[in-house]
Amino acid sequence: MRTFAVVKRIIRQFFRDKRTLALMLIAPIFVLTLMDLVFTSGEKQFAIGVYDAPTPFVESLEDFDILVTSYDDDQAKDHILDDNLDAFVAFELLEPTITLEGTNPNDSKAILNMIQKAVSSLTKQPNMKVETNIEYVYGSEDMSFFDYIGPVLIGFFIFFFVFLIAGVSFLRERTSGTLERLLATPIRRHELVFGYVIGFGVFTAIQAALISGYAISVLDMMLEGSFWYVLLITLLLAMTALTLGTLLSAFANNELQMIQFIPLVIVPQVFFSGLFPLDAMADWLASFSVIMPLTYGANALREIMIRGNGFEAFQQDVYILLAFSFVFIILNIIVLKRYRRL
Amino acid sequence: MSTSVIQLQDVSKSFGKKEVLRNIHFSVEKGEIFGLLGPSGSGKTTLVKCIIGMEKATNGKIEVLNTIIPNLPITLKIGFMAQSDALYQDLTAYENVDFFASLYGLKGRYKKERIKYVLSLVNLLEDQHKRVSDYSGGMKRRLSLAISLLHEPEVLILDEPTVGIDPILRQSIWNELEELRKKGTTIVVTTHVMDEAEKCTKLGMIREGQLIAIGTPGELKERIQVRTIEEAFLSYGGAM
Repeated sequence: MRTFAVVKRIIRQFFRDKRTLALMLIAPIFVLTLMDLVFTSGEKQFAIGVYDAPTPFVESLEDFDILVTSYDDDQAKDHILDDNLDAFVAFELLEPTITLEGTNPNDSKAILNMIQKAVSSLTKQPNMKVETNIEYVYGSEDMSFFDYIGPVLIGFFIFFFVFLIAGVSFLRERTSGTLERLLATPIRRHELVFGYVIGFGVFTAIQAALISGYAISVLDMMLEGSFWYVLLITLLLAMTALTLGTLLSAFANNELQMIQFIPLVIVPQVFFSGLFPLDAMADWLASFSVIMPLTYGANALREIMIRGNGFEAFQQDVYILLAFSFVFIILNIIVLKRYRRL
Repeated sequence: MSTSVIQLQDVSKSFGKKEVLRNIHFSVEKGEIFGLLGPSGSGKTTLVKCIIGMEKATNGKIEVLNTIIPNLPITLKIGFMAQSDALYQDLTAYENVDFFASLYGLKGRYKKERIKYVLSLVNLLEDQHKRVSDYSGGMKRRLSLAISLLHEPEVLILDEPTVGIDPILRQSIWNELEELRKKGTTIVVTTHVMDEAEKCTKLGMIREGQLIAIGTPGELKERIQVRTIEEAFLSYGGAM
């Protein structure tokens, strides 16, 4: 029953602190919306200048939705700089010389790819088109980059905000002396920790549902599997973040020191959770991802949202996340010994 | 079995190498107001925390109500008021009291009655639905005191209860303590205010972690022929 008293108190406090409530619920939605706008706001139109180019070449470039301008000379660099071109192709006896603007390697690669296709179309016989059929095991033609990183982002934002808010609240309990006062009452250490887990759990559940629901229905993020599975995983991630946050708050003396945990605990997880490919990383470095809760959360979310797989595909992740929360809860209870022996 | 409510036997407490309490030895009988008098930093708060079981003494034995401390169930019989106002600022006074009442296992109508009683005792009934963040320092102290009285404890331990409280209110708090004492509550109170010490039935003077003198205020003064507690404290501390 003492656990319930703590739960009630936390919920009351939450409704008093409207700003924190907003941070927890609205901030992730705001950032996700921004990410969506950044990553899916239409394909970029490239501009290419040509000199003495054969008509089929220009036509096939235009098929790629490229803005092609013809020039009377081959001063590639000048034209690129003056007219903001992305590339310039000068032909001399059907031999193309390609000059790229080259600031963004991704753009350069994409343009080169298209120019090469256009050049190769010159040598092919006209009217002999090869139809290629492309099939996807997972995903689809319409899948955008945002769909790919979406599951990681949902996991990350939930983890981040819950970690921070739970950590700071528990820290405040320490610094205001109320924790000490609490431990002069008959409350048991585990009752207090469970009170926090349940009290915050209520809000993290709302948060998880709201964020996932918004990302999928409003931002149209890809969802192949069940929405309930998404909720399950986000809730488990939130639990891990909550218990980790309260645990680490024991090692911070003030709010600023709590913030200092972000680059140490949160940021590395972003790099290791699959937002960036781990294949290119040294093995010993990549193996760090094993200890990072977000790795499992992101992996499971990807199984559900992109691959549409059922429980068997990600059950291991579920167990590991549960284990993380469990271990952190135990550690929380142990760390509280600092305030009271019993 | 002893009749003493609180008994300390050769209690020492060290944090790392630093010895904060050394060989503290005294007992408090039922219905006493035992004052711990000493300057800040003398170890009063640590001693109090040892008595309620938040800290474990490095050496020695502490018993409260014939139970060896630390012991969790005994906290139900101990009321504690900490030195800092450990209150939830964004909750109202009523919500704070209600929360602690639940922790002490108070329920239903009895809980409501007790809340109303302790709030009226410290004269906060009218302001009970204000947020604690809007409270003055004195109001917060009174609220802390109210919370410590919620579960009708047999033993009341107050760490500097009257700091920042105006003289009229201080008087009324001491009157209340006297009432509680008459009803049989045993009270331990720390203070560094000498004239408050006079109101205690028994006084322990503490300096640099050691108990330098113990007795009723009258005895302490008489023993060395001084007129005030302050002079007595200086004398026992070796300054005179």
